[in-house]
Amino acid sequence: MENNSETKNEQRQFKSEVKNLNFYYGGFNALKNIDMVLHDKKITALIGPSGCGKSTFLRCFNRMHDLYPGNRYEGEIILHPDDVNILASNVDPIEVRMRISMVFQKPNPFPKSIYENVAYGLRVRGIKQRAILDERVEEALRNSALWDEVKDRLQHLAFNLSGGQQQRLCIARALATEPEILLFDEPTSALDPIATASIEELITDLKNKVTILIVTHNMQQAARVSDYTAYMYLGELIEFNVTDTIFIKPKNKQTEDYITGRFG
Amino acid sequence: MAEESHIKIVPAGKLGYSFRRHLRERFIEIFLFMSAVLSVAIMLAIIMMLMKESFVFFQHVSIWEFLTDTQWTPLFDDAHYGILPLVSGTVVSSLIALLVALPLGTIIAIYLSEFAPFTVREVAKPFLELLGGVPTVVYGYFALLFVTPLLQVIFPELPGFNLLSAGLVMGIMIIPYVSSMTEDAMRAVPMNLREGSYAMGATRFQTAIRVVMPAAFSGIAAAYILGISRAVGETMVVAIAAGMQPNLTWNPMEPAATITAYIVQVSLGDLPHGSIGYQTIFAAGLTLLLITLVFNIIGHVLRKRYREIY
Amino acid sequence: MRNVNNLEEIRRIISLHKKWDLVFMVAGIFALMIAVMTFMALFAHMLIDGMPRLSWEFFTSFPSRKPESAGIFSAWVGTTLVMLVTAVAAVPLGIGSGVYLEEYAPRNLLTEIIEINVTNLAGVPSIIYGLLALGLFVYQLGFGQSILAAGLALALLILPVVIVATREAIRSIPVTIREGAYALGATKWQTVSDHLLPYSSAGILTGIIIGLARAIGETAPIITIGALTFIAFLPPSPIKNEFPYVSIEWLTAPFTVMPIQMFNWVSRPEEAFQLNAAAAGLVLVVMTLAMNGLAIYLRYRMRKNIKW
Repeated sequence: MENNSETKNEQRQFKSEVKNLNFYYGGFNALKNIDMVLHDKKITALIGPSGCGKSTFLRCFNRMHDLYPGNRYEGEIILHPDDVNILASNVDPIEVRMRISMVFQKPNPFPKSIYENVAYGLRVRGIKQRAILDERVEEALRNSALWDEVKDRLQHLAFNLSGGQQQRLCIARALATEPEILLFDEPTSALDPIATASIEELITDLKNKVTILIVTHNMQQAARVSDYTAYMYLGELIEFNVTDTIFIKPKNKQTEDYITGRFG
Repeated sequence: MAEESHIKIVPAGKLGYSFRRHLRERFIEIFLFMSAVLSVAIMLAIIMMLMKESFVFFQHVSIWEFLTDTQWTPLFDDAHYGILPLVSGTVVSSLIALLVALPLGTIIAIYLSEFAPFTVREVAKPFLELLGGVPTVVYGYFALLFVTPLLQVIFPELPGFNLLSAGLVMGIMIIPYVSSMTEDAMRAVPMNLREGSYAMGATRFQTAIRVVMPAAFSGIAAAYILGISRAVGETMVVAIAAGMQPNLTWNPMEPAATITAYIVQVSLGDLPHGSIGYQTIFAAGLTLLLITLVFNIIGHVLRKRYREIY
Repeated sequence: MRNVNNLEEIRRIISLHKKWDLVFMVAGIFALMIAVMTFMALFAHMLIDGMPRLSWEFFTSFPSRKPESAGIFSAWVGTTLVMLVTAVAAVPLGIGSGVYLEEYAPRNLLTEIIEINVTNLAGVPSIIYGLLALGLFVYQLGFGQSILAAGLALALLILPVVIVATREAIRSIPVTIREGAYALGATKWQTVSDHLLPYSSAGILTGIIIGLARAIGETAPIITIGALTFIAFLPPSPIKNEFPYVSIEWLTAPFTVMPIQMFNWVSRPEEAFQLNAAAAGLVLVVMTLAMNGLAIYLRYRMRKNIKW
């Protein structure tokens, strides 16, 4: 960590601030006036019923919506410490994605070797030196608790891994480039309970290293892993607070209904 | 109406199993089955027909002579039956065509699948399809009367019939075929792989080259191989623009005949049924079928593989 | 975090990679342009050479030794009749085969062989079909160098196109439609004929049109059955004024078709005949483009209208 940014970081406990965010799929207003913050090196969970816009919100953070025509952002997502609005049209989405990584709902390893999957982000950045690649790949695999399982078969095809291993590989892939924020889009919904437990453990371990935003449809998961929780409904942010507060005494009736399972 | 009266006939307590209805269903199924089996019959008929005439041919000419003699002059008094000159013409014209069609077809496919905005794709794809629908005889005309004179401006010594111009036009002709199959293969790569790549900060080009193309590898290979098969079997362009004189050469600036062009040349004449000249075109056809069959089978196996993955 | 300090570096890398994006965009457009330009050149060349020859007389005159009075009367009539035979043979067989493979076929070895075979047939060079027709239809079955032999040869050639189109059209109908029909007591054939075929008719029609467009332009198989030799002696028109309704004599009549006529003129050394070739080519291209265009339009409309 560098001295300059360190002092800046201490001043701010927020990694990112969302200000009055609106998002449109064509004419459909999918996210409405969202204000929120991401605390630095904390885990923030997004919960809410299907179709509430939590994944849409998550994908704003690394501008994934730019891949498809007809999508439009309004408002700001400020990334600290350099206070840049990552939604601004003059900000390159590729740069945003290099700084903010993402792990998807379904494990999506590339049809390459385990090693090349993890090294992909580095290669995209033009890093070719074998020594650097080796070091970063190992570090990322260790951080995603996969190293011991795959260190003898780094050149094997990633498809041969189990679902849980594939997802940890995708986390390693996202970690290898040392992102500032890591986005998780329901990372365990396609996995069995044992694999889910290992991913959750991993996410908790990562929190000291990186700011995490996680979408989950599983409230227990949000309660288990997150420090802050946001409840969304129909594209609006209903309530945002420390996780314990949300789960023990939510201020909003809607949130309470959802949490206690009386929803719908 | 018929159904209604039928229901009334059914005795109480016994749901009708109509013999007549059953018979009609069986009859229809048999007709459908026969039409499906017909395709196998066609294939068998093709193979048997080629084998039968070739068998007679190979009683006159040894397979060794067929494969090693360097002249193909079955219609001359001093007859030679070496397939090599026809093979060389086929190889040279196909190679030129592939040098045009594979790179351009691939670039177009990547562009359309990964880069082009929606509107460009909506216009370009039907256009390419139309391009692929132009009759081959028209491409032959184009090669002989437009491309060859154009090339003669650059290479004044180029003869009026030559493999170069035939190959180039054939290549353009195959572009839509290669590009549409390559694009299909790339489109079959699931979006979540692309998203995974973009989420790492990759550009379009990096995503296309490093993720989509490797993922679509077997489909793209299939497109290439089927493109090769297409080039080898193409007839009219070479028959019109490359001349029909068998010529053992690897020089694209010379006139030469391909296997297909030879069959056309013989068919244009008036060869009596059952003569050795008549049989030669079946032997040539058998050679062609075997070559294309090998490519087609490899191509389809590869295609099936990528369809199974995703 | 080294990222913040690396921001400059990241930006440098991105701009470098974006240059490659740009280079490739240009390459892609360039490649497309080559295809577009070639087509333009082809069309323009034929238009310039052929347009002056296109007149009413060109469509109503027989081929002639004198290029200026030669026409494509027998060729387009021949093409029409051959296409009639092709359609009558290929459409029911192709649809039947497609329906069988999609709805009836049990999962067994024979089905697999048929399926592999259909894809292989699609890849057999067209001239091979000509050899089959020459050996089987012309000599063995004694049809001679007739419209029937040519029409059947082309029917075999486009059979895989019709089969594949039928299968794809039927496959896109959701299983709920079938279940709905069966639940009402329909038999298999009733389900097929009352529901699956009507609902997939646009897709099947598209396939038939594409197949016929391909058959119209096919030259090699028809040369191979020996159809060209007759034209050298100025053949009579394949239909006479008196019979088209009852007589099937035309089936065994000698004939010529558009692409053959064009090929014949292209291979003449006199330039005047090559102008005729351009004119015939123009007619041929317009015909195939119109058919393919119709098919593309049908498919486009189908995609827009039906959303299962």
